[in-house]
Amino acid sequence: MSATSGQRPSAGHRVALDGEAGQRPSATRQDAPRLPAPSDWTFDLLDQYHTAIRATAQRFGLDTYPNQLEIITAEQMMDAYASVGMPVNYRHWSYGKEFIATERNYRRGQMGLAYEIVINANPCISYLMEENTLAMQALVIAHAAYGHNSFFKGNYLFRMWTDASSIIDYLVYAKDYVAACEERHGLDAVELWLDSCHALMNYGVDRYRRPGKLSLAAERARAEEREAYAQQQVNEIWRTLPLRPRAETAEKEPAHFPAEPQENLLYFIEKNAPLLEPWQREIVRIVRKVAQYFYPQRQTQVMNEGWATFWHHHLLNTLYDDGRLADGLMLEWLKSHTNVVYQPPVGDPAYRGINPYALGFAMYSEIKRICQAPTDEDRAWFPDLVDSDWLATLNHAMRNFKDESFIGQYLSPRLMRAFRLFSVVDDERATTLEVSAIHDEAGYRSLREAMSRQYDLGSREPNIQVWGVNLRSDRSLILRHTQHDDRPLHEGAEEVLKHAARLWGFPVHLESVDRSGQPTRRWTVTPPLI
Amino acid sequence: MQQIIDRRLAGKNKSIGNRERFLRRHQAQIREAVKRAIAGRAIRDIAQGEDIHIPRRDISEPVFGHAAGGRRETVHPGNRDFVRGDRIERPPGGGAGGGGAGQAGDSGQGEDDFVFHLSKEEFMQAFFDDLALPNLVRTTLADTPEYRTRRAGFSSDGTPNNLHVVRSMRGAIGRRIALGSESRRELARLEELLASYRAPAAPVLPAQEMAALERDIAALRARLQRIPYLDPIDLRYRSRVRMPVPTARAVMFCLMDVSGSMDEARKDLAKRFFILLYLFLTRHYERIDLVFIRHHTQAQEVNENEFFHATETGGTVVSSALVLMEEIVRARYPSSEWNIYGAQASDGDNWHSDSPRCRELLARDLLPLCRYFAYIQVVEEEQSLWQEYAALAATSAAFAMRKATTIDQIYPVFRDLFSQEIRAR
Repeated sequence: MSATSGQRPSAGHRVALDGEAGQRPSATRQDAPRLPAPSDWTFDLLDQYHTAIRATAQRFGLDTYPNQLEIITAEQMMDAYASVGMPVNYRHWSYGKEFIATERNYRRGQMGLAYEIVINANPCISYLMEENTLAMQALVIAHAAYGHNSFFKGNYLFRMWTDASSIIDYLVYAKDYVAACEERHGLDAVELWLDSCHALMNYGVDRYRRPGKLSLAAERARAEEREAYAQQQVNEIWRTLPLRPRAETAEKEPAHFPAEPQENLLYFIEKNAPLLEPWQREIVRIVRKVAQYFYPQRQTQVMNEGWATFWHHHLLNTLYDDGRLADGLMLEWLKSHTNVVYQPPVGDPAYRGINPYALGFAMYSEIKRICQAPTDEDRAWFPDLVDSDWLATLNHAMRNFKDESFIGQYLSPRLMRAFRLFSVVDDERATTLEVSAIHDEAGYRSLREAMSRQYDLGSREPNIQVWGVNLRSDRSLILRHTQHDDRPLHEGAEEVLKHAARLWGFPVHLESVDRSGQPTRRWTVTPPLI
Repeated sequence: MQQIIDRRLAGKNKSIGNRERFLRRHQAQIREAVKRAIAGRAIRDIAQGEDIHIPRRDISEPVFGHAAGGRRETVHPGNRDFVRGDRIERPPGGGAGGGGAGQAGDSGQGEDDFVFHLSKEEFMQAFFDDLALPNLVRTTLADTPEYRTRRAGFSSDGTPNNLHVVRSMRGAIGRRIALGSESRRELARLEELLASYRAPAAPVLPAQEMAALERDIAALRARLQRIPYLDPIDLRYRSRVRMPVPTARAVMFCLMDVSGSMDEARKDLAKRFFILLYLFLTRHYERIDLVFIRHHTQAQEVNENEFFHATETGGTVVSSALVLMEEIVRARYPSSEWNIYGAQASDGDNWHSDSPRCRELLARDLLPLCRYFAYIQVVEEEQSLWQEYAALAATSAAFAMRKATTIDQIYPVFRDLFSQEIRAR
């Protein structure tokens, strides 16, 4: 670290690294010269910075997919925004809407574009915007190409639910398939169908079962097979209708179908809706697959952004300590970093809930601190972490948790005090809100639990499952909303049900049941006659 | 493996397909907005984009979600002075902030319309949507090819009028330098030698050697003299090639009554009609000529400004304009090369015995030449001209007539006149 100390001015900002000096192979701490730091980037400079950042990342053992950095324009960035960040996607008006809204806000200067978009693929694609300065490009490379990338490769949810090597192929297939459908069946029919699928997209996810991996070719072949046989298989259910008197109530029958409630509505529809055309089934499947791909991202916001933020901070600081980064460049990215991790307090006009960057960054930094410099409080709360190797502990935390459990496990009292967290209970039976816990000795545990619950997708989204099908009468589908803490569904439910009815092709009922299992509200929608 | 890929030049406008689908979905609203814009806009600004407002509820994508109610606990940062058990007044408009980021912000703006800008092209697209030009048989290249000559570099042969002097002279200089360089070098050497012998202190050379030297010099001079100043191979000509031009041309005749009974409002009405027709034609033809003919008892060809703004008084003889139009067509716009469109606007006033003649002129002389002839009457009452034309419209598919008495009728009338059904007839 002292190799270039002669030319290094006094460091105003440093991360203490002395604790683990022994872990770092000294070969990489050579007399590498300071990297040039003009404001504008060039391909050559990007390459130099990337090489330096990669070497540093390797020192810390970040395991990543190969990186592919792509320089794009602001307009292309907006394109990428609009198609949910993917380089290719099927066409749908909602992405057009997204694009128009983004473009409009951007042109008006209401928002800056994100500095980066990174795609969970193998190789991992990171977009660098051409407008960015060299400092920002360095930040983005460290953040996306090493932070997010290693998270994608390491976190258990991503490993389990997404297949980085095939997603681009699959989306190419999806785009072609949807385009072919549009040609064959008309834009309107496909658009209506996609609208309906999108309405149930959040319920097209397997939460427990792991989907298989398929290559593009296999996927195509499988699609054809499915076209041929799916219809037959579906008809099986309906063919075995017993000839009984009609007057029974089907949902109370012991021969209940499905035997157990199904959480994946789109999957259930794809496999069991009676009258779908093969192409309709395939589109349901495509939407379902895409939803599944994004499912881990929705569950790991804090962890993912926090991890990437922690590592860009750590990698660039390490480079600075090695004397490779210029002061101006440091200040520039630090300013941006500071903006990103700012947490406005409640009541502030800028307050939009908890900033996942701020919380995640603070939590990883905190884990590292506890490993290296624990206080008595930390020893009581995190006996496992104290004096362990911070890199290994951090890796373990990144790999094996999602937001909910990560917070439940690692949110420390010190952080709760730093963020000045407090929880508020909003109970409709009470006339006022009540502060249920604050950052004090009595409140730490319940605060942490409340916070963890807040990140539980299961409680954020209404729990709606397939309850049954009226096999013997009108083939109607029965969905059941199990209320969580008596929270009702909002008024959009009826609209969603219309979409569900279009997909199912027969009436759809939704009943909202309270904790005692009593339905408190019912909706019934019959499918539109197309 | 380390890759940095420059994608900036590739794949711009990837979202264009999505945008098209979005526009398609909101066609009805967009058409309505375009219609309003046309009615309200100044004529000069007709071909511009437009902001389209779409109610947010029409573009929302419904998903299941929680409503306010029940019990929920949310964690917030930035506690200032709360302690456990404090009671807070319920803030108006639901929960404080909500659990998910951005939810509060979204619902706050929920009533706003979704606004976006329609580009000029999209505006015109919506404007001309499902209109098709009647009898749209282009006078295409296949039948009467039209050529335009254009430059294609230089060639070594051509006609004298295409001679490129500078290019030719440049070639000549080069040739002269190249051909004479050896001789010039030799000449310089010999002259220097001769000069050295003639110098005062020089050794004396035998006379015949001196003479030989001078003879050589003279021979070299003569040889250099013989290099031609300009040789036929130096000549360069501008090369011109004939290219077929893939355009069909159209001429649009605007005929308007400017007699005293046509006031400003009626003229404005007529003007809008002409402008619509013009814009419509610009979408189908690359080159459009406009001919403005105004008439009262006599017709004259005028420029656009005079056409719309000069005021005249007097009676009305409509046929004068038709006669003039025919003359102009015969003189300048042969119908084999031009698509001819006529648009006539009038208040229906005509000198009584002139109307049958108008009908006859149109039927016999003009309609066979025209692709289409549209008549628009800007007042309600029907006079002799209207009746005569009505009889004509019944027999000819290339002739159409309508009434429009207020500005907001112009557009429907226009659509009506040029709707595809006329074409189908």
